[in-house]
This record gives sequence, C-alpha cells and structure tokens, in this order.
Amino acid sequence: MTLRRLLTVVVALVLLVYPFVVNSFWLVQIGGRTLGFGTIVLSLVFLTAYTGMLSLAQMTVAGVAGYATAYFTAPTGGVGLELAWPVALILALGLATLAGLLIGLVAVRTRGIYTLMITLAVAMAFYYLTLQNYAVFNGFTGFNNVEPPVIAGLDLGAPLPFYYLSAVLAVLCYAGVRHVVRTPFGLALQGLRDEPQRLQALGYNVPLLRVLAFGLAGFVAGIGGILNLWLNASISPGSVALNPVIDVLMAGVLGGIGHPAGAYVGAFVFTIVDNFAIDFIARERFNTLIGLVFLAIVLFSPDGLTGLVRRAWARWAGTGRRRDDAPDDSTNIGK
Amino acid sequence: MEALLDINWRLFAIVTLNGLTLASLYFIVASGFSLIFGLMRVVNMAHGSLYLLGAYIGFEVSEATGSWLLGIAAAAVVVGAAGAALQVSILSWMQGQDLRQALATIGVSIVAADLMLAQWGGSAYQITLPGAVSSFVPVPVAGRYAMARLMLIGFALVIGIGLWLMLNRTRVGMLIRAGVDDRRMLEALGVNVPLVFVGVFAIGAGLAGVAGVIGGSVLSVSPGEDARYLLSSLIVVIVGGMGSIPGAAIGALLVAMAETYGLAYTPTYGIVYTFAIMVAVLAVRPQGLLGRAA
Repeated sequence: MTLRRLLTVVVALVLLVYPFVVNSFWLVQIGGRTLGFGTIVLSLVFLTAYTGMLSLAQMTVAGVAGYATAYFTAPTGGVGLELAWPVALILALGLATLAGLLIGLVAVRTRGIYTLMITLAVAMAFYYLTLQNYAVFNGFTGFNNVEPPVIAGLDLGAPLPFYYLSAVLAVLCYAGVRHVVRTPFGLALQGLRDEPQRLQALGYNVPLLRVLAFGLAGFVAGIGGILNLWLNASISPGSVALNPVIDVLMAGVLGGIGHPAGAYVGAFVFTIVDNFAIDFIARERFNTLIGLVFLAIVLFSPDGLTGLVRRAWARWAGTGRRRDDAPDDSTNIGK
Repeated sequence: MEALLDINWRLFAIVTLNGLTLASLYFIVASGFSLIFGLMRVVNMAHGSLYLLGAYIGFEVSEATGSWLLGIAAAAVVVGAAGAALQVSILSWMQGQDLRQALATIGVSIVAADLMLAQWGGSAYQITLPGAVSSFVPVPVAGRYAMARLMLIGFALVIGIGLWLMLNRTRVGMLIRAGVDDRRMLEALGVNVPLVFVGVFAIGAGLAGVAGVIGGSVLSVSPGEDARYLLSSLIVVIVGGMGSIPGAAIGALLVAMAETYGLAYTPTYGIVYTFAIMVAVLAVRPQGLLGRAA
C-alpha cells in the first residue's frame, strides 16, 4: 500500500516537473499527446477491464466530441455554427456521452468478440459517414484551425497551459474512473463482467448497466477527443478512420487492458514509437513496427507492459504474496 | 414526362444490377469469413488483407502471363497458403481464446497492409479482363451492361452452390459440419481436427483471394480496400448470421442493395442505410437472420 502511495507521489511530481526538463516538442507532441490520447485509451480500458466489453468505437466517440467542438467553435467552409466556448464544450461532451450510450444500446446484447465486431462496424460506418457527408462533417476536408479558447488572457493553446490542461483533465479522468469502480455502480459493472446471469438474478438491470458504462466511457473519450482535436488543430475523416480506431486498441493492449494505468503507459509507448520510428526503421514503415510490437504483446504478454512489469515485480519481490492464483484479467475479458 | 419515367426506370435497373454485382462480391468475401468463423470461432480481422493480397497477386500474375484465369488460380493458391500459414503459425497457439485471436489478426492486418503499401504503393490498379468478357451486352430495361459484372453474378452463384455442395454432399463438408456442432466428439472419433482447421482456413482465405482478383478486375485495387471489405464482411455476417453460408448470401444481398441504392439516391447518407439494417437486425435477432443462437 505504501508502495502505491509512493508511486502516486512520484507520478504527480513527474507530471508537475516534466515541462521544466523537456523542450517544447516533448512537452506537446509527447506529453500532451500521451495525456489526450491516453484519456481516449482510458475509456477503452475502463470498459474492458471493468465491464468485459472490448469496444473499438472509442475513437469514434472521441471523434464525435472533436467534430462537435470544431463545428461549434471553428466553422470551416460555411459548415458550422459558432457558439460561446462553454456552450460548445458542454454540447460536445453531451453528444459524446449520447454517442456512447447509443453505441452501448447497439452493442448491449452482444458479448466478447461480437461486441468487438459490432463496435468496429459502428466505427467504420461513422468514418464513411464523415467522408460522404458535407452538410455536417464537411466531407473529406473536415474542420481546420480549431483553437482552444483563451480564458482571462490565458491562451490554452500555448504549450505550457495546454500541457497542464491535459494533465489536469487526464488526472481527473483517471481518478474518476478509479473512484467510479469502487461505487456500487462500478461494483455492479464488475459483477456483470464476471457473472451476468447471477447479477440479473439479484435484480440488477444488466442491459441498463452496460449502456450506462458505455455512456460514461463516451464522456471520458469525449474529453480525450477534445484534447486530441486541440492538439491537432484540425479534424477530418482521417481522424476516425480504421487506423486511429485500431491505434486506441493497440495502445490499450500495449499498456495492458486490465488496469487503467495501462492506458497511459500504452499511450506513452505508442506515442514514442510513433514519433521515433523514423529513426530506427525506414520512413513510413511505422505501422509494420507497431504492428509487430502489438503482435508480440498479444502473443507473449496478453496483459500488456503493465502486466509484464507486475509479473516481474511479483517474481522479484514476492515470496510472500504469490499471484499465481490471481485471476488473469486479460484472458478472461469478454468470456 | 414519359421520357423522364423512362430514364428513371433505366437508372433503377442499372442501380439494381450494380447492387447485384456488389452483393456477389460481398458474398464471395464474406462466405470465406463466415466459413472460418463457423468452424473455428475465429473472427479473422485480417480477412480484408487477404482480399487485398489476392488482388495484388492476381494483378501481378495476369500482367506477367497475360492470362486472367492464371491470375485467379495463383491468387487462390497463394492466399489460401497465406491463410493456412496464419492458422498454423499464430492462431493455433491460442485456439479457443477468440478475443486474443481477433487481436492477433488485427496485428497481422496492420503489418500486412503496411508491407503491401511498401510493395505496391498507393496507386490504384486495374486487372485486365480477358477480351471475351470485357464487352457490353444488351440487357432489358437497363440497355447495355458490362459483361464482366454479369459474369461476377454468375461467379458468385457458382461459388455459393459449390460451397453448399461441398458442405452438404462431401465427406470434407461432413467433417466441417460435425466440427461446427461438436469439435471434441469429432476429435474423439479420430479425425485430425487441427488439419481440418488448416484446410478450412485455406479455403476461406482462398475465397478472399479470388474475390480480390474479381473485385480488382470489375472495380479496382488500392490500399484501403482491405478495410472496406473487412467492414462489408463484418456487416454481412452480422446481418446474415455468423457461420451460415446462406446467411452470408442474404446478408450480402441486403447490405449491397442498401449501399448501392443509398449511394445512388441519397449520396451523402449512403452508409446510413447499411448501418440501419445492421442495427435493426441486432435489435430483433442478435444472432443474425440465419444465425443459430449462441
């Protein structure tokens, strides 16, 4: 327990001090991206770890929030409706939550691999919709020059404020997820992950719980989506295409989809590989590299890097507490 | 007024025929996908990559030899072998862990897409059809229609009937059906089930490869097609029912028709109809129209 507290303090210190030891590229492109993208991954990990549903539509929900924010704050090519930023952000998060709920409604009667397939179909349908539709999504071009608001003279788009904004939101989301899973609602979710029938027999409304979990994940993904939008300053169908949709899954699996911390670990590793793949492999072959890394993780350590570390730690530290009999989170997902 | 009605009917006929050709293509791709799932419970997320690989191989071989049929044969064999290799080298190690298998095939599809992009670049290819079918034939109402597209419909019928005969009238088909129903019992009877698995994977992958060549001849080949045909296979089998070949046929017909009519009459919302069909089916029959309850 003390170790966990120590770890929390260390992470908090690193997050605070980080901007003062790195240059602006590392601050925004690595730090900011890890925190924003990681929050989208967090929504996937939350769903997977605590409800057993592996959704591939979390980038889509993030895209809904991103598109909504862009639509209401940065009209492009005559598409959009400029609103005050607080209204725009509330609308964006509301729509993301709604999108999460609707996807949950579509996927609610499915389990495991079917959830994966149906959420992927939803994600791809949304991608083709953004590509085909000009009235709302401005087609292939999407929205450009989306800037974060300036609040009381503080430009949230500047590197340092943007980093801290991302860090605060990421910490809030992480803490929120950790808190929710300890509430009666979160415990019920874990119950339905393990024994849906038993939970049903106890009088819980299992489909409703599942849909609500998707809604909450939609809200978290929406926050990540808005951060991601501001980081890129633009959004287009390419932001919700198959590749980014799979990227979220890959980051989650890399970090370990059994624990929320895995989300940010995975997002960090993914961002690092994304940015520096060029240096140790031929240009543009990033996908081959990350694909092979992903495959290796799936083959050899299904609970990801955090699982790897946890097991190494248990072996190194633990004669006292053997974890061999502990349930293996990742192999049971969706069963 | 009469002329207007005339044109509309002609457009309608052409759109319908286009829908039928697309349905044929979707059926050939999705039947392989469904076959693999039906027996092994593997959702092969690399199925689109197999389609694309087949298209590229068909292109190379038919360009080199000048024979379209050789291109088809080469694609069927090479892609079938690739599918068998995928099953032997990766998937057989995690038999029964369906989610992990799906993740592994996602990894494979990412690597495959990237390597194919490196090899064949980003441009679109068109596979040259044999002269005999690259003509137009008169069709009632629609006027003229491409022979190749009509041939595609025939091709899908042949494959569908062939698959049905194989599954219902041959010993191999009997083994496959027995494996779907009770894999352990089949194993206990002395059948080499892993070998049946590899064989079915090869057939399913080979179908994707063949579809790639046909799709690349009638439409075109370019990066990104893998995602498109993976998506169509997913929706087709979700609608039709996982593991059912007649289900794949019905699903392909519904999805392709919705997509084609949607694109023709309401271009900016074309995908919505496909999606609406999927949601409607899921709401009423989560296991798909012809699927068996899990």
